[in-house]
Amino acid sequence: MQINPQDIEALWLTLRLAAVTTIVLLILGTPLAWWLARTRCRIKLLIESVVALPLVLPPTVLGFYVLLMLGPEGPIQSLGGPALAFTFTGLVIGSVLYSLPFVVQPLQNAFSSVSNDLLEAAAALRARPWDRFVSIVLPLSLRGFLTATTLGFAHTVGEFGVVLMIGGNIAGETQVVSIAIYDHVEAVDYASAHTLSALLLGLSFVMLVLLYMINGRFKPGITN
Amino acid sequence: MIEFDFHLKREDFSLQLGSTVPGRGVTALFGRSGCGKTTLLRCIAGLERGVRGHLHVQNEVWQDAQHFLKPEQRPIGYVFQEGRLFPHLNVRRNLEYGLRRIAATQRQVEFNEVVELLGLSELIQRLPAELSGGQRQRVAIGRALLTSPRVLLMDEPLAALDAISKAEIMPYLERLHGELNIPVLLVSHSLEEVSRLADHMLLLDGGRLQAEGPLQEMLTRTDLPLAHSANASAILEATVIEHGADHMSVLACKGGHQLLISREDIKTDQPVRARILARDVALALSPPQDSSVNNCLSVQIRHISDDPHPGHVLIQLALGNETLLARITRRSCERLSLAPGKTVFALIKGITLE
Repeated sequence: MQINPQDIEALWLTLRLAAVTTIVLLILGTPLAWWLARTRCRIKLLIESVVALPLVLPPTVLGFYVLLMLGPEGPIQSLGGPALAFTFTGLVIGSVLYSLPFVVQPLQNAFSSVSNDLLEAAAALRARPWDRFVSIVLPLSLRGFLTATTLGFAHTVGEFGVVLMIGGNIAGETQVVSIAIYDHVEAVDYASAHTLSALLLGLSFVMLVLLYMINGRFKPGITN
Repeated sequence: MIEFDFHLKREDFSLQLGSTVPGRGVTALFGRSGCGKTTLLRCIAGLERGVRGHLHVQNEVWQDAQHFLKPEQRPIGYVFQEGRLFPHLNVRRNLEYGLRRIAATQRQVEFNEVVELLGLSELIQRLPAELSGGQRQRVAIGRALLTSPRVLLMDEPLAALDAISKAEIMPYLERLHGELNIPVLLVSHSLEEVSRLADHMLLLDGGRLQAEGPLQEMLTRTDLPLAHSANASAILEATVIEHGADHMSVLACKGGHQLLISREDIKTDQPVRARILARDVALALSPPQDSSVNNCLSVQIRHISDDPHPGHVLIQLALGNETLLARITRRSCERLSLAPGKTVFALIKGITLE
C-alpha cells in the first residue's frame, strides 16, 4: 500500500481541521450547553432547535448558506472582514456549525444530570460559581466531555458536503480525506481510494472503541 | 443573636416570619410539613431568591433593603436532609471541601477534632456511595462544621434515616451540642428529637410564627398543640448525683428536687435531660404510703385544660420554677376536686433520660 504525498497532506489537513474544530466547539459549546441545561427561559426551545438543525439538514444546504455568508457578497466581507471562503478558516467555521449538535447535546445531557442540590451544597461551603463549575460540574460531567470530544472529532473527520461547498478542493489548503477519496474514485484510482478509506475506517473504529472502553471503565462521575 | 424578618410570596405558599433567636444553643424550628421550616432555613442561608426583609447575625447585616450576601459569602454550615455529599469525592475530600475555601485565620474547628467527634476515622478513604445513611449524614455534619460556621443550619438531619441509624447518630448530635460553641438552627417535625436536642423553639404554622420560647416552656404550654399530643411531656434538667447499692440512681433536678431512677449507666455530675410524659404522671391529695411509685413530688396546680380526648384533662403543674404535665381522667379530676392553686402530689411512674 502506497500513499502519495498529496493524500498524506489531505490526511494531515483532515486531522488538523477536526482537532481545531473540536477545540473551538468545546470552548463555545460548554457555556452554550450549560445555559441550555440550566435556563428556564422560553427561547431555550428555539436555541435547542437551531443547535439540532445540522442533524437533519443536508450538509450541502448548510454549506451553501455558510458560503453565502463568507463570500464576497456576504455580511463578513461587506463589513470589511477577510475573504474566508476556500480557506482553512472557512472550513473551520463550516465544520463548527456542522458538528455543533454532536458536542453540545452530550454536554447538555451531562450538565442536566448534575443536580442543583449539589451546587447549593457547594455554595453553602463557600464555593463561588466558577469554583462550583470546576470542582463539581466538570468532574461529574467527564463522560459527557469525552463523548462530546470523540463525536465532534469523528463527525468532523467524516464531513464531505459542507467542505465541498465552502472549501472546494484545493490541495494542501482545503482538500480533506473524504474529498480526496471522491477524487480518486472519479479518476478510477481505486487503489488510492482504498488506502484512504481503510485508514479512515480504522481510525473511526479505534476512536469509538477507545471511547466505549473509557466510558465503561468509570462509573458515572467517579474520578478518584 | 440571629434576628430576621422575612417575606416571601410564592404561588401556593407565603412566608411571613420575624424573630430573634439566641446566639447560642440549639433552636428548633418545629411544625408540620409545609409550614415553612425548610424555607426559613434556606432564607437564612441565602439560597432562597426573591425573599424580602432583613437578616442580622451577631450584629452583622446579611440581608436588608440594600444588601444581600450570596450563600457563599455567609459563614454558615448547612446540613441538608439528604446529606448531599459530592459523589465524586471521598470522605476526606468532602470534609475538606469547605475547609479549603475559608481563610486560614478563620479556621477554628480542627480537622482531626471533627473526625474524632463524629467517629469518621475509619471512613476517611471511602466514597459516599460506600457509606450507610447514618455515616453519610455524619460526614455531612462534619463537612459543615469544618467551615467554622457562625451558625449551623440543620434541615431534618435524621429524617431520612431509619431507627437504627438515628440511634447511631443521636449521641454525636448531643456531643455537638455539648462541646461546640456554635448556635444551631434545627428543623424537625419529631417531638422526641426536639426534646433531646433543643434549648429553644420556634413553632411554625402555615408560614407564620405561632409561638416561640425556651423548650421546657413551649412543651408544657397548654395553649399550644405540643402539650396535647399523645406523647406530650415535660423536660427537667438534672444531674445524676449518686448510684445506690440497689441499682438505683439519684437524680438532682435544677430546682432542687430529687428523683430516683433505675439506671446505672450514667456518669455522676453529667448533665442529663429527664423527660416525663404527661400520661406517666398521676396525682394524689396526700403522699401515698403504700404505693410502688418511688417518685412523689409536691406540686401546685397551675392550670387545668381540656384534652383532645373528652374523657381526659391536661393539668399543668408548678414544681418550683419548673413545670410538669399530668394527663388524668376527667372523672378523677372531679372526684379529687382538683382546681388551680391547689397543692397536690405528683406520682411519677416513668422517667426517660435523654
